Amino acid sequence: MVIGIALAFPTGFIVFLDNIKVVSSNLDNTIELNLFLKMDVNEIKAEALADKLSNHEDIKKIILIRRDEALSEYKKLSGFDNVLDSLDENPFPNLILIKPKFKNNENSQIADLVEELKIMPEIENIQYDNKWINRLTKIIEIIKLVVLILSALLVASVLLIIGNTIRLSIYNHRDEIEITKLFGGSDSFIQRPFLYSGFWYGIFGGLIAWFLVLISISILGDPVKKLSYLYDANFKLVGLGLTDTLTLLAVGIFLGILGSWIAVKRHLRSIEPG
Amino acid sequence: MIQFTNVSMVYPRGNKALQNIDLNIDKGEMVYISGHSGAGKSTLLRLINLVDRHTRGQIIVKGQNLERIRNKRVAKFRRNIGFIFQDHKLLNDRTIFDNVALPLVIAGNTHQDIKRRVQASLDKVGLLSKINNYPMELSSGECQRIGFARAVVHRPTILLADEPTGNLDPALSWEMMKLFEQFNQVGVTVMIASHELDMIKHMHKRIIVLNKGRTVDI
Ligand SMILES: Nc1ncnc2c1ncn2[C@@H]1O[C@H](COP(=O)(O)OP(=O)(O)O)[C@@H](O)[C@H]1O
Ligand SMILES: [Mg+2]
Repeated sequence: MVIGIALAFPTGFIVFLDNIKVVSSNLDNTIELNLFLKMDVNEIKAEALADKLSNHEDIKKIILIRRDEALSEYKKLSGFDNVLDSLDENPFPNLILIKPKFKNNENSQIADLVEELKIMPEIENIQYDNKWINRLTKIIEIIKLVVLILSALLVASVLLIIGNTIRLSIYNHRDEIEITKLFGGSDSFIQRPFLYSGFWYGIFGGLIAWFLVLISISILGDPVKKLSYLYDANFKLVGLGLTDTLTLLAVGIFLGILGSWIAVKRHLRSIEPG
Repeated sequence: MIQFTNVSMVYPRGNKALQNIDLNIDKGEMVYISGHSGAGKSTLLRLINLVDRHTRGQIIVKGQNLERIRNKRVAKFRRNIGFIFQDHKLLNDRTIFDNVALPLVIAGNTHQDIKRRVQASLDKVGLLSKINNYPMELSSGECQRIGFARAVVHRPTILLADEPTGNLDPALSWEMMKLFEQFNQVGVTVMIASHELDMIKHMHKRIIVLNKGRTVDI
């Protein structure tokens, strides 16, 4: 059980990390560049520009909002019909909304795109919010490091726990070990059952960890979904896939056998008949 | 079969357990080792069994120089030897069958063979009916006979016993000694350590007496 909990933490963290990756790659849906075109760029020119940009390799989606549309939209929303009607000219520029492609949290990619667009003659101004993207990327880096260190510690503690369990088991079977040695049992014969128990501890630990993570995900699933609506980023928690599960079990087994092997090597020698 | 030449044994803390022992035990012989407590009887048996390593001289068992047997090969060497303890050392959490079967399981015999031999061995000591019992359910005399069954089940060529009658009353002791004799009659070399000199004198076998780690003539 303890082994399961100890294994559950790193696994949970890894799942957490997976989810953060999913979040950040989902962010491309929420990032938008607003390109305000110069007032003297008319709709035909704006359409041509939109066409041109839609072929750009770093751009996923493009929406052109014509100045007339912007105006009527604004009228509808604000109710300032009269004020606006009194103006000679439509004060709104043509606006192009861009959703960039967003690969592997690469921030610089967006920065490059912005630089490229800025120098286009038709474009007056670009608005976008990149501070929090930068921040998030940095936070993810830190979390990754923390998870790595914690996982290493927890793996070490799993080894210690299993080693200690096997050590106790060896101690409890010392009579048997002594007799077996006296009747010519070889070291490999004597250590075999302990390695088997290490193997089973590992598997059970892995299964318990898997179960704990599964439960946590199902508990966290709902709040996370609600939270993601708030940020307009529709995503679901990613659970443990088949490969993850198998890896978890393999790691469990590996740690189980390694832990018991270390215990066996260290403690079996000390039990000698006589 | 067993040959000691000028053998000494000094324990790490400086206890001189055996000094300049010379002896020769033939194949099929039955020998008693006697002497006071602390004379070195147990040590002598433990050297043959490689539980302890002698510090000087030469021991040859079944033609093998014990010094030349490396730690890794000790296990295999011990499979030629049966061992009986004063406190029988049966495993309490295992049935009599499993206890007696242990040397055969170690040797890797087949399941069929193990069953057959364990039954034969228990039959010989008259305790076949207890095959499914646990050691706790047996008297100490019975436990000692189970220990005997375990020691001979794999048909060792040498049988060593350290105070096998130490916890038994005279009648049971006598019974035990008869078992050793029977076993010796089929050609097994038997060495029994016992401080009960009066009893073993009645067995009319060779007796080696130790005193403070040296052999004494009687
Ligand atoms: N493991 C040991 N370490 C140190 N000294 C020992 C050990 N076993 C026995 N001795 C010493 O060796 C001597 C012989 O002991 P032992 O062979 O047990 O005698 P016996 O079996 O005749 O009573 C004693 O002086 C005893 O104290
Ligand atoms: Mg003794």
